[in-house]
Amino acid sequence: MTGAGPESAGDGEPAPELGWVSPEVQEEFPELRLHSVALRARPGPAPRPIRERLRELSNRFHGAQAVTLRRDPIPSAYRIFFRHIGLDPDATRTPAEAAALDRLLHGGFRSRNLLDDALLLALLDTGIPMWALDADTLDGPLGIRLSRRGEALGRFPEAPRLPGGRLVVCDDGGPVAILFGELAPRHGVSPQTTSMRLFSVQVAGVPSIHIEEALWTCSTLLDPGPEAASRW
Amino acid sequence: MPDAQPTTEIPPSEAPNGGIAGGAPIVRHVPVERVPAARTRFERVPLERAPAEGQARRELRAQIARLERELADTFVSAFPRAQLDVSVPATGGPRLLSLGELESLRDALASRLTRARRELSRRGEEEERNRILLERMLLEPGRYKFVRIPCADLGEGGCGEWHVRPRFGLIGMLAGWWQVKLSSGCPLAGGLSAAGSPGH
Repeated sequence: MTGAGPESAGDGEPAPELGWVSPEVQEEFPELRLHSVALRARPGPAPRPIRERLRELSNRFHGAQAVTLRRDPIPSAYRIFFRHIGLDPDATRTPAEAAALDRLLHGGFRSRNLLDDALLLALLDTGIPMWALDADTLDGPLGIRLSRRGEALGRFPEAPRLPGGRLVVCDDGGPVAILFGELAPRHGVSPQTTSMRLFSVQVAGVPSIHIEEALWTCSTLLDPGPEAASRW
Repeated sequence: MPDAQPTTEIPPSEAPNGGIAGGAPIVRHVPVERVPAARTRFERVPLERAPAEGQARRELRAQIARLERELADTFVSAFPRAQLDVSVPATGGPRLLSLGELESLRDALASRLTRARRELSRRGEEEERNRILLERMLLEPGRYKFVRIPCADLGEGGCGEWHVRPRFGLIGMLAGWWQVKLSSGCPLAGGLSAAGSPGH
């Protein structure tokens, strides 16, 4: 397998890529898009500025905001999309609502590691959920399609089998994640990861600029470059 | 408050077999030699739906979106009252819903919205009655001896309650000196000892 190597827009920033969507899914959801960006970054502990940023956000986020979150345009767009694809957003929480609930239950946004914190900060800043895959385990561009009955989620022996008709995120080798669900075993970021592919799903009602902002936020947190100190 | 009355607006002339629910979707397999190169990636020939079904699905998705937004508004309107049930359960993972599933979901959302609005309206009327009672208690506490109204029953947050009590205890009760008191609210998490601890 060949990994999708990190690319650059020329000014040092990774270039976002638009993924493919199968015709049957595109016909049903014309505004559904998959955006991804590859970058050279390693997982690790979260640096202090990121932990402090999470702490500041915890202090600015309260119960009333969690209640009204479902009325905000972007979380509402994801709630509606969840309904459209047969998910109950009150059982399978949208990522923004899950983060808000976690904040209320634990008294703050918990810092876990650099990657999780970067994904969480981008989610809190923009409302856009993102996921990260190990770019070296991927084969070709990412896209969205329906799974075939018995198809494996991932390419490793422990890969679970999928029922037919599930919406999945795929590369050329097959499904690597369930849409808004779990990642395939051993395709996620691990301590051995040297390059990542971040991806996000744009649904109807979500402006592209928010997606770009989320990808940019997460990319710069993970791979800050020489001017990191000035950014923070 | 008007109940949600969703409708599927499909011209009968466009619906297959004269109706949506009764009409089986028209499935047409594209011959292998005509499959565009871009589609060979998916190894599955997409189903080409009848235009009427596509229109019905779009209409249903729009109705579901509207109902979901209205349900969210109703949920937020209920805050900070006790939780209002706005759940519409779903089973299975992310998938393309069939026309029947979309209709069932639309109907379930409409039904839940109707019930949630009715419940909210009932609570609103009850709170209005309690507010009037509180006004009367404040005007003439002697006529409402020992009556309690929790703040939650007035549509307010917190655990406090309005209580008609005699002034100076037994003396006030015998003398007919009544007053309305607002209790201090929720008990402290650490009990009475927490009140005396540093930081309180």
